Parts: sequence; C-alpha cells; structure tokens
Amino acid sequence: MSAPDLRRIVDIAPLVRSKAISATKLVENCLHEIAVQQPVNAFTTVLEASALEEAREADAQIASGGWRGPLHGVPVAIKDLIDVAGTRTTSGSAVPSVEARTDAPVVTRLREAGAIVIGKTNLHEFAYGTTSEETAFGPVRNPLDLSRSAGGSSGGSAAALAAGMCFGAVGTDTGGSIRIPSAACGTVGLKPTYDELPLTGIVPLSGSFDHVGPMARSVADAILLFQAMQGAEPGGLEPGVGRLTFGIPYRYFCDRVDDDVASALARARTALTEAGHVVVDLEIAHAEWTPDVYLHVMLPEASWYHASLLERHASSYSPGVRLRLEMGRYVKAEDYVRAGHLRAVLRESVNAALADVDALLLPTLPMAAPVLGAQTVPVAGKQEPVRGAMLRLTQLFNVTGHPSIALPAGKGGDGMPRGLQLVGREAATISLLRAALVVERQISGGAGSVGGGTG
Amino acid sequence: MPNSIDSWLAAACADAERRGLPELKPLLEALARSTAALRAADESHRASVRPSSPKEPE
Repeated sequence: MSAPDLRRIVDIAPLVRSKAISATKLVENCLHEIAVQQPVNAFTTVLEASALEEAREADAQIASGGWRGPLHGVPVAIKDLIDVAGTRTTSGSAVPSVEARTDAPVVTRLREAGAIVIGKTNLHEFAYGTTSEETAFGPVRNPLDLSRSAGGSSGGSAAALAAGMCFGAVGTDTGGSIRIPSAACGTVGLKPTYDELPLTGIVPLSGSFDHVGPMARSVADAILLFQAMQGAEPGGLEPGVGRLTFGIPYRYFCDRVDDDVASALARARTALTEAGHVVVDLEIAHAEWTPDVYLHVMLPEASWYHASLLERHASSYSPGVRLRLEMGRYVKAEDYVRAGHLRAVLRESVNAALADVDALLLPTLPMAAPVLGAQTVPVAGKQEPVRGAMLRLTQLFNVTGHPSIALPAGKGGDGMPRGLQLVGREAATISLLRAALVVERQISGGAGSVGGGTG
Repeated sequence: MPNSIDSWLAAACADAERRGLPELKPLLEALARSTAALRAADESHRASVRPSSPKEPE
C-alpha cells in the first residue's frame, strides 16, 4: 500500500465518505497486494471482477450522497469455510464442494453495511488445524517471514490483513482459529460470545465450540465489523472509562511461554498500571483439564459432520486431517458426556475468575509462529508438539464460550509478533471490546510494537 | 466396546488395523492418555462434591 498510515478502516472511512479516496482505488490497491505477494498464498479465490464492479457501484452511491457508513466501499476477505454466493465453499479441501447459492448471514450483513468481498481466504483444511499448511491450495505463509506459518485455521484471513490485501476479514474459531493466526501475524481477532453471531452457511467443525468473528488491523476496526455482522449499525464504541481491573491467570497460562511473550505480558501490566488501571493475579480453577475436555467434545463432533464424506472421499482429505477425523470415531459416548459435565465446571471456573475483574489478560500463543513443516516447536527451552502448543492458551474459552479478543503486543527478538488476549464476562462482548480499546492504546505504539494504529 | 482404557485401546488399534489405518495407532494411544486424564479429573471432581456416604446401620 502506498499509504501505510491509512490501513485502518476508521482512518479511511472519512476519506471514502469525502471522496478523497475511492472504493475502486481501495479495491485496486488490495488486488495489487494480492498479486505481488502471491507467495503468501492467502486466498483460494480472488473475486477481482465482482469486487471492482461493486466498488464502482459504491463510488456512484457515495457520489450521489448515499454513503452507508464506515464499511461502505471497504474490501473484506471471507474465510473459505463460509458461504459467499456464486463461489464454491472449498473449506481448503480437495473433497468435492458445491457452489453456494446464497451468502452466509454474516456475509449478507457485511454487504448490507457496504463492504466489498474481495475474495475467499485459504485455511487449514476444514478448519481442523492450527498452521494452515494442510490445505489443498498449498500452505499459507506468514507475510512477516515466508518460512513460517501464518497460524490457523484462519491463516489466510490474518495473512491477508497483515499483507495489506484487505481491510477486514472474517474467520472462525473452534479452539483459537481466529486468535491464533492473529497472534502469529500481528493482527486483531475477536471470538465473540458463543452463539452471538449466526453460524448458518458456515461449514462446522465442532458445533458446540464453533464461533465466527471479525479479524482486523485494530480494535476499532474489529468493532465496526462485529457490529455489522450482528446486523447493527457499525457506529463504533467509546473506550471503557475510569479505572479498569484486569486479572492475569499465571498458573497454567503463563507456566510455559517464551521470554518474549512473558516480556510482552509484563510490559502490558506495567503500562496498564501506570495508566491508573489495576492488574491482579488470579487463578482459573481446573484449567489443566482443558485439553482433555476439549478433545473429547471436539473430536466426535467433527467426526459426526464428516462421517459420510469420509466414507466416500477419504483419499481426498489431507492425511493429518483425515486421521484426526478417524480418531474421533473412537471416542466413547460416556467420555463425551463426561467431558460435557467437566465443561460446565470449567465455565463456572472462568465465571469465578471474572467475578471481580473487568477482563482476563493472558498470552494468546506461548511463542512466535512456528516454521512451516515443524512437528514440534521450542517453548521456554523445551520442544512441544505444534498443535498442542498453539491451542493451549485459547481453547478454554471455546469450551466455556466466553468472548475473547487477540491483540498484537510487539515483536520478539526474532522479529515476529507476540500477542495477548483479553477475555470478557459471559455475553459481555461489548464491554470486552471497550476494555480492548483501552488495552490496545496502552500496549501499541511502543518500541517494536506491531498492530494498533498501523496494523 | 470394552470399558477399561487398556482394553478399549487394544480393541481400537485392532479395528484401525483391520480398516487399513495402522497410522492411527499413535493417535489412539494419545487419545487413551487423554481419556485416562479426563476420567481421573471427573472422578476427582465427583469425589470433591459428593455428599458424605450414609453410615451403615450398626
């Protein structure tokens, strides 16, 4: 992009409204970045013709006084697990897919707010992975270091944002699939409260853990997208006022993180405290149950959806995804129920942790984005399986359904982003977003920071 | 399916082998470890919330 300080929707919207910049120019710039940064492999489908046509229509509407709001004329990208009318919903798979006849409701709502769908983004096949490298379209590469993963499963959406290929994106999150790539690429990603946004027209992974949400280059942009995806007026929000209280759950969530992640958390704590907020230590009881509870719910739910496809198209799946789907067929019913009971206990644990604080503050990933192809990743001096390490800090909030937002928190000594997440109270996504505006202001803009105002 | 984790794992591995998926074995072994942890957590939690057992009449 020729204007790197104009990468936020909130900054370009007034220019679009005043016709200082056209929607057509925005779309052309994004298409240019998609073309010149092709090795990132962020997209499965680029909707060049329709995006340009929609941009010309937007320009004509704005010229005649019909500006619809801050998303009017803004190019957005949609994870290719979500129906966009007239395109195949490939889910990043070679398993045969069909062309969607209608948009998913979240896409319809973004279009109604004036957003322009510029393309569909690459992902870990069927959202069943954290690195976006098992996909029929080839791996998504991290735009900050092409040898590394962009995270996953919404890796294409985060990579497209980080590379300036769109201004907003939509992802899905079943164990961290919005927040993990956001941390890997230095962008913002919101997993709202469970069931807050409609999942209609979205290929499921695990129905009781699946969430859809916005991805962006700032919290303010994520708010606009979220409001539009709710079907509300995208009017933005004011930051939280007064003294906020944040709780850091050190046990389990900070036991094994790399030094740069620990430093990012410490810097955030200091900055928030110096700004007059309160940061306390707390504990989430039974957090260590999380991976086992998650596994025994997610595995059979994923296998349920894919059962008949596996019978007919087993060889079309990526080997690793196929094996995980097969594994789910062996989970015993009583263990699925057992996990459900423990899940309720975990939900109460998170509620208890949030009782006296406005939000939890913790790392999103325990380390930087791993190198593509790696089976293990070093975390705090020990090798850990990539999948387990990447899910470890995010999946609890899919189990419990609490809203969570990933924020960039600077870069490590390796030049790669590190991220923090905020977790809000049940069904209080708006309060969480107000707090996120406050935290973003405190943790962005410092030495080595990424994201925030400049993405 | 058998209920003890060891016998469940043996049956699951045999089934995977029969279906031509021997590469599932390490994943099933990992699942078995996770299931053991899940059941232990459940047992521990239930013990912590279970009311005291009524005393046997003397």
